[in-house]
Amino acid sequence: MAVVFQKPESLTDAPMHYCPGCTHGIIHRLVAECIDELGIEGKTIGVAPVGCAVMAYDYFACDVIQAPHGRAPAIATGVKRSLPDSVVFTYQGDGDLAAIGTAETVHSATRGENITVIFVNNAIYGMTGGQMAPTSLPNQITQTTPYGRDVNTAGYPIRVCEMLSTLDGTAFAERVSVDCVKNVIKAKKAIKKAFQTQISGIGFSIVEVVSSCPTNWGLAPNDALIWLRENMLPYYPLGVYKDKTVEVAAEASVKEASEQ
Amino acid sequence: MSERVLMKGNEALAEAAIQAGCRNFFGYPITPQTELAAYMAKRMPKIGGTYLQAESEIAAINMVQGAAAAGVRAMTSSSSPGISLKTEGISYMCGSDLPALIINVQRGGPGLGGIQPSQSDYWQATRAPGHGDLHILVFVPSSVQEMVDLVGKAYDLADKYRMPAMILADGLLGQMMEPVVIGNNAVTDLPKKEWAACGHKNERKHNIVNSLYLKAADLERLVKERFERYKIIQENETICENYFTDDAEYIVAAYGATARIAKAAVKEARGQGIKAGLIRPITVWPFPEKDFKKAAETVKAFLCVEMSMGQMIDDVKLAIECKKPVRFFGHTGGIIPTPAEVFDEIVKLSGGAR
Repeated sequence: MAVVFQKPESLTDAPMHYCPGCTHGIIHRLVAECIDELGIEGKTIGVAPVGCAVMAYDYFACDVIQAPHGRAPAIATGVKRSLPDSVVFTYQGDGDLAAIGTAETVHSATRGENITVIFVNNAIYGMTGGQMAPTSLPNQITQTTPYGRDVNTAGYPIRVCEMLSTLDGTAFAERVSVDCVKNVIKAKKAIKKAFQTQISGIGFSIVEVVSSCPTNWGLAPNDALIWLRENMLPYYPLGVYKDKTVEVAAEASVKEASEQ
Repeated sequence: MSERVLMKGNEALAEAAIQAGCRNFFGYPITPQTELAAYMAKRMPKIGGTYLQAESEIAAINMVQGAAAAGVRAMTSSSSPGISLKTEGISYMCGSDLPALIINVQRGGPGLGGIQPSQSDYWQATRAPGHGDLHILVFVPSSVQEMVDLVGKAYDLADKYRMPAMILADGLLGQMMEPVVIGNNAVTDLPKKEWAACGHKNERKHNIVNSLYLKAADLERLVKERFERYKIIQENETICENYFTDDAEYIVAAYGATARIAKAAVKEARGQGIKAGLIRPITVWPFPEKDFKKAAETVKAFLCVEMSMGQMIDDVKLAIECKKPVRFFGHTGGIIPTPAEVFDEIVKLSGGAR
């Protein structure tokens, strides 16, 4: 009998704890598929955040370190500098990456730290029950912005890919979503490219995945995806924000041509 | 590098760590430990190691945590205000059973305090180097040579017991120059770390380095197991110097740079016919309780001398179960006690001038 669909090797058999309709499961799977296809599970070390994905260490079959809140890129830096031949990725939410861990994010990017960051942006703190996140939209109602996020007092959302793409150390930055099949396929491509960027030693790579949180948004899973498309995507446009791999490839071909 | 050389304390600490197999240093600039990081920045690239200046003390300790989780000998160094920022990472490392070396070249506090020598982080190091039920190994050298010797020891015990170790020095020791021999015990074979998250190479199940336990019973069991380990450490790893304690009637308790001053005062007191002695803890966690308990059986009183408002004195009182009077003398804020001052206190303790 031909196998047409199976669980990636890089995921364990542990049942995931995520809420119904949450997109973490899809993103975990995409990361695992990429690890499988690149054949790197044995030399990959994942870094789990604090937030909904804190227990990612139970789901990924590679070695995993659970980091303090926001510090995943610093932990990843310590691992990568100690074991330069390994492949190191962090998996972080918006509160972890763009609030408490902003310094670690920005500085690991500007150092061109050769790590891959999977950034799940669902515009809310999920694990703690729906507080305002650094990426919550203007006027978005959350537990801590009960009258809607007032940008005059609570400030504006952070566009992470745009911000990091200004840094010379950032080699690859792409924003994707997993709201439909087409976007899931694009997201997987981006994640694979991010890992390849790291393997080629070109520098810091990040894939921002615009995601939903049906539970804390108070929406049914499908309605949450519609809300995502109507509200998040206009504020967080999908696309490639930085791609040094193109320059690196061009430089290589020029060099090759001049040597011939 | 095993010849005798004149070296600054901070630089000697750095070289000793390299000799102990450390190839991963993550730091952030702060006075008065600056020379340590500068030495690492110069040496590490020459020997294939990593010197990384982090964006913050918090990032630096977390880089150490990542390197430690990956199974290598890593290190950070700082001074008091910076150590406060590192307490997050120290707690996580305790909760994840990770070995690493942290240097605190203490300066005056609280707050930004000052940049002169101090011993006012004793409580922090021994009581709460991070949140939660935990301890770290705390070594308190009193000379440049002892700092060097304790670096290797600290790494070995940290690896053995899987916990962070701290060298609790001070600005005086960090800045002073003394002749020192480094490299007599250079490490070539580092212990294997089966638990490390270094990539499973498709040869074993995945390793997880973690401090999260959502089931209360699991967390309690793990913390209790850790405290069983702490008991073994308290039993076996205490280091202490006893100086003229056999027949002493008055014992001075002092550690680190202050112990050198206290020793001079004790010597002077002996010269004047006062039966004084010194107990100098070299580890303060574990604290040398037995040495104090034994002394308490025969001495009349203790004098605790510190560059603080009196912090180690709590441990002295606890060790002797308050069976004998314990007086305190100290300076804080960066002022160093003089041997004459300590001598005067010994005289007072012994019942006045003779």
